[in-house]
Amino acid sequence: MTVISTTPDTATLTLTIVADLAAPPDRAWQIWVDPRQLERWWGPPTWPATFVLHDVVVDGRSSYYMTGPDGEKAHGWWRFLSVDEPRSLEFEDGFADDAETPNPDMPTTHARVDLHGTADGTRMTVTSRFTTLEQMEQLLAMGMVEGMTLAMGQIDDILVGV
Amino acid sequence: MVTRHAEREATDQIFAALSDATRRDIVTRVLRDEASVSTLARHYDMSFAAVQKHVAVLERAHLVTKHRRGREQIVSGEVTTIRTAARLLGEYEEIWRGRIDRIDEILAEPAEGAAP
Repeated sequence: MTVISTTPDTATLTLTIVADLAAPPDRAWQIWVDPRQLERWWGPPTWPATFVLHDVVVDGRSSYYMTGPDGEKAHGWWRFLSVDEPRSLEFEDGFADDAETPNPDMPTTHARVDLHGTADGTRMTVTSRFTTLEQMEQLLAMGMVEGMTLAMGQIDDILVGV
Repeated sequence: MVTRHAEREATDQIFAALSDATRRDIVTRVLRDEASVSTLARHYDMSFAAVQKHVAVLERAHLVTKHRRGREQIVSGEVTTIRTAARLLGEYEEIWRGRIDRIDEILAEPAEGAAP
């Protein structure tokens, strides 16, 4: 288990997650800035993400969509607020319509990523701050699907082992 | 789906109520120990009426309850509602645990350009 701690703060609607990664910061940085690597982990297996634009510079934008099990697409965007390679990254994450136009009426999530080199690799801290719930509920719906898939995978493993 | 919609509305109200620093402070205080509106008002650089308004927002979001004791209005924290917010953050945490598992898998692969 590489997750060191998770700290939910219900008063500020913030979740801080700290994890140790088995690679130096330069390598860990790549999973965020290389769109081909990013799309392998951002979305759950049942809702894979496709990044059609990923411009990691201050004020740069990303445009992505996640494809659901029935082929439905959920579009999103990022806007980078700060970029300090390979130490930190800050961005807004919001919803977009089918034409990939950001939806200004939907709340955004503010995310901050910090990468610190350690003896064994990188300590990554991700802080997510929410404003309201609507967007979060969509994300959570996908998360629950993921949890179920994960459980199914574990059952499969057990069956193979028997 | 009526229940689901009502639930979402209630949760939006919770988050909106907690988006204000004074209201978050009031919730933290009355969760520890119930307090009268006048006692609360002494902690903030604002009028009694303004504090009363904040308490009313929190009350509508079911984050606090108010009852009379003599001439005073006593405010106390509503633990169940706070737990709902905690549960939602917990679900989001699960998403991130999944992401970090996948990051681990990617980082465990041989570096690009290296022999497979």
